[in-house]
Amino acid sequence: MKPASFEFHRARSRAGAVELLTELADGDPKIIAGGQSLVAMMNFRLARPGHLVDITGIDDMTGIEVDGDRLRIGALTTHRTVEKAGLGVLSAAMRWVGHLPIRTRGTVGGSIAHADATAEWCMLAVLLDARIRVLGPAGSREIAAGEFFHGPFWTALEPDELIVEIVFPWPLPPAALTEYADRKGDFALVAAAVDLDRERTVLGGVGPVPLLVDSLDAEEIAAGLDVRDEPGVSAHYRRGLARTLVRRAVAEASP
Amino acid sequence: MIQLIELTVNGERHDLVVEPRRTLVDVLRHDLGLTGTHVGCEHGVCGACTVLVDGAPVRACLVFAVQCEKTDIRTVESLADADGTLSDLQQSFADHHGLQCGFCTPGMLMLAEGFLAEEPDATKEEIRDVVAANLCRCTGYQTIVEAVDACARRRRAARQEVLGRSAS
Ligand SMILES: Cc1cc2nc3c(=O)[nH]c(=O)nc-3n(C[C@H](O)[C@H](O)[C@H](O)COP(=O)(O)OP(=O)(O)OC[C@H]3O[C@@H](n4cnc5c(N)ncnc54)[C@H](O)[C@@H]3O)c2cc1C
Ligand code: FES
Ligand code: FES
Repeated sequence: MKPASFEFHRARSRAGAVELLTELADGDPKIIAGGQSLVAMMNFRLARPGHLVDITGIDDMTGIEVDGDRLRIGALTTHRTVEKAGLGVLSAAMRWVGHLPIRTRGTVGGSIAHADATAEWCMLAVLLDARIRVLGPAGSREIAAGEFFHGPFWTALEPDELIVEIVFPWPLPPAALTEYADRKGDFALVAAAVDLDRERTVLGGVGPVPLLVDSLDAEEIAAGLDVRDEPGVSAHYRRGLARTLVRRAVAEASP
Repeated sequence: MIQLIELTVNGERHDLVVEPRRTLVDVLRHDLGLTGTHVGCEHGVCGACTVLVDGAPVRACLVFAVQCEKTDIRTVESLADADGTLSDLQQSFADHHGLQCGFCTPGMLMLAEGFLAEEPDATKEEIRDVVAANLCRCTGYQTIVEAVDACARRRRAARQEVLGRSAS
């Protein structure tokens, strides 16, 4: 499987990336960051962009910074960098993201933009009330994670907008993320993340977007899920996974 | 559309004319004839195509060659000496039966090479976790874990010896 042809462009700055996206708007342009989701989709020809705008050469979009009561993570920061940064639940959750060679290239911004409903970054952003800062032709705006995800691979991002950084409240609460997949490194069948301070849970794999529930009660959460039987995964099984994973996450987050 | 690119592979510079849609693994195998790097799934799952880009293990099927200009690319061909003498890691795979059909081996070697360079003190459990990144249909992984672990131990012992000597 080989991707369809496209033209390749390098953005040198944030504004340059937005300019390219605007200029090429009629030719179906797409940003490429780590390529760990996009190239796979292009190889399958599930995505056939006419132009790729490579943003990895933009040098002020990488890095992690504590800024008063906010933790700012540049969109181009890799999963691996976060994994090694000692940032509590964020670092610990990275071990669930694919495998080492995926984490060395895949980026935080790419995960958020890709918006897989079981992606760890999407779940963490919703759980912790992160804000997504984006730049478009009209300037920059911030979108609350709770309003950002509309469905699988569908977000509030406009086609000519660039995610610049993800901003988490700081310090991070006692929290944990855990999940289950048949094979290690795969996207989770079900994933659960909990925030003990605000007593809430986010579940992945039980709906089109990360599901936020104001409870830490595993029984109650599992019973309230709207899940259906699917080939190979019964609703009963998914509910059981959710129950167990919420319990595990609460235990892991507890001091 | 074609593009002129400059790639540095195993320390050697190549000027190439490629389509932007050419993945790194296809350039390595088809344009440069470096067929040591294998290709399996072409969507990031099997790891057969793993090479080092600036020292980090990377799926060569999930990166376009045009994105790799100004990077240092290393493939399995860089491991053995020019006279064919295997590297310590390759020898360790041979000694511990870390391969059977060999299809996964180049990817496993580059994955382990990149990982050990970053984490020379990795435990056997950490090694087991990392090699799960790549699929092997033959060995059952145990011998691969042992091969990587034995190589890591030997490198640590050698480092200790050098440190010991410079201290005395
Ligand atoms: C085998 C395998 C297993 C994986 N397992 C997991 C897993 O368990 N959990 C998980 O979360 N992920 C997993 N991934 C995906 C991985 O995390 C990707 O890194 C991530 O989804 C996308 O990041 P990227 O930088 O590679 O983005 P790309 O692939 O480059 O882009 C993805 C999408 O985001 C857009 N985009 C990228 N950056 C920006 C930006 N700054 N602004 C606006 N749009 C942008 C692109 O246009 C594209 O539509 C896996 C991937 C593979 C191949
Ligand atoms: S061929 Fe690249 S991961 Fe399978
Ligand atoms: S040795 Fe055959 S796939 Fe690993």
